[in-house]
Amino acid sequence: MSSITDRALGIHTQALEVASRRLELLASNIANADTPGYKARDLDFRALLNQASNDQAAGRINTTQVGHFATTPAAGGLGRDALYRVPNHASLDGNTVDTQQEHAVFAENAVRYQASLDFINSRLSGLRKALKGE
Amino acid sequence: MNLSKIFDISGSALSAQTTRLNTIASNLANADTASSTPEAAYRARHPVFATVLEQAAGAGQSTGQPAASVRIAGVVESQAPAIARHEPGHPLADENGYIYLPAVNTVEQMADMISASRSYSSSVDVLSTTKELMLRTLQLGRG
Repeated sequence: MSSITDRALGIHTQALEVASRRLELLASNIANADTPGYKARDLDFRALLNQASNDQAAGRINTTQVGHFATTPAAGGLGRDALYRVPNHASLDGNTVDTQQEHAVFAENAVRYQASLDFINSRLSGLRKALKGE
Repeated sequence: MNLSKIFDISGSALSAQTTRLNTIASNLANADTASSTPEAAYRARHPVFATVLEQAAGAGQSTGQPAASVRIAGVVESQAPAIARHEPGHPLADENGYIYLPAVNTVEQMADMISASRSYSSSVDVLSTTKELMLRTLQLGRG
């Protein structure tokens, strides 16, 4: 991705990625709502997004020669550490999924994802307008 | 694209819950199946769910936090002893006049069925939300 689109789209591409990772984890939680011993997990959205934007602000150095060291962490960039949820009520079979809570968080996260999509869409149409120069 | 994995995850949940509903249907259907020996009596079946961890499935995808599908680890038969009932007129009665009925608790099975159908529909909700998000992502930049 060229730097102009990077700058134009801002943090929303990273937000989109974090949101989609989070959706995936929440879907796992809901799918395993009846699995004995399963522990519900979630991402810290704010921490991951901060980290992603810091990575971007720090600037990445290209590796053009053999022997150059990459400054970016491994593929993905987002330090992907899932945290375990603290259960509201313990269940005898060791499962910590609270389906209602997971649904609420899933819905909230879906809205976040759509918001990021809308932001990117409006940035893109702004860019297009600027390029047309009518 | 990460969202497409959700289809696998929720799909596995749908199939697991379907198996659970199947065993419940089988238990309820056979709740009154009599037999002439305690060993031959029907035994209630229960699926055992287990998590599938897709750890580092793809090369270059060092996610470190696996998304988890669910699978049926096995179907276990209940060990509850069959209920003996004295019914000498029954064609299957043994020499003492007893028939043996499976120890299936109908109320328990119905409650389990409600739980399974709730879990099924929440996975369907997740699927439809994901589908909508993916469609919107595909239309990115067209507006």
